[in-house]
Amino acid sequence: MSLWWAVIATCVGCYLLKYAGLAAPRKVLDHPAVRRFATVVPVALLAALIAVQSFGQGFDGPRTAGLAAAVVALLLRAPFLVVLVVAAVVTGLLRITGM
Amino acid sequence: MGQGGPLVPDLRPNVPAGLMPARQDAVRAGLGVGLAVGVSGLAFGAAAVTAGLSVAQACALSLFAFTGASQFALAGVVAGGGALVPGVAGALLLGARNGLYGLRLAALLPARFRAFTAHGVIDETSAVAFAHPGEARAGFFATFASLYVTWNLTTFLAAAGASAVGDPAVFGLDAVGPATFLALLWPRLKESAEDRKVALAGAAVALAATPFLPPGVPVLLAAAGALVVLVR
Repeated sequence: MSLWWAVIATCVGCYLLKYAGLAAPRKVLDHPAVRRFATVVPVALLAALIAVQSFGQGFDGPRTAGLAAAVVALLLRAPFLVVLVVAAVVTGLLRITGM
Repeated sequence: MGQGGPLVPDLRPNVPAGLMPARQDAVRAGLGVGLAVGVSGLAFGAAAVTAGLSVAQACALSLFAFTGASQFALAGVVAGGGALVPGVAGALLLGARNGLYGLRLAALLPARFRAFTAHGVIDETSAVAFAHPGEARAGFFATFASLYVTWNLTTFLAAAGASAVGDPAVFGLDAVGPATFLALLWPRLKESAEDRKVALAGAAVALAATPFLPPGVPVLLAAAGALVVLVR
């Protein structure tokens, strides 16, 4: 398989996967169990992403501190974008200062 | 705006006409996520070219696959000189969760431009949409637009100038992804004990499975955390 074929297969496959969920038949989407699953499953997926992106490649001090700072910002009811900036700034500063 | 003097006194200063605060919130969050996360295109562009992909191939992936995790996975396999068929399979496994988001988004997004809308179904757009229930559509498209433009622009810049771009990790950008999802999930976690359980189960399953399974599978497995709640 040449590299271009791998690129094309990835592009087409990724698009079809995105499309499949949206285009699921109405009958399937309206089924109470599917509807309930669809409402709850993003919480599980996003929580899993948070965990894997944070700690999947091992413990990283600055990144963990940045996330802890984000939690504090959230507890203090900081606006959404402030939370992101706090996480990036704390992580970046700790890394630059080599802590 | 307001050049000729308003006919009706504006009771909501700073709110553009026709844009309600809730919608403005959703749009602002979407634009912010798009810019903040989109900058990671720098990391992808640099990683792709370093791995041996051409600038055109890196840009094609960002334009047409447009789902970060899958793109990084393919670049990683190319870099490691791995076989391409399993490499593509791994990328698709990572993309599979987008299909699960679609199940929920189908009810929130317009059905008319589905073929176009589908291209935008990824972690970030879904998270913003779910976090703004009344304005899911505005949140989704604001995120889609700003993330698509930023991601593709930064992919190209980094791929074309590969080594000229520093490592985004230096700026703490690797913390932005998880912080984004955490902030978007926060209101649901605060309100619902059931959602907290699902989130904890999902995170625990994914972390426990990470050392043993190929990338992408642990997060999919976390969807089983949602099933646990359904069964009871």
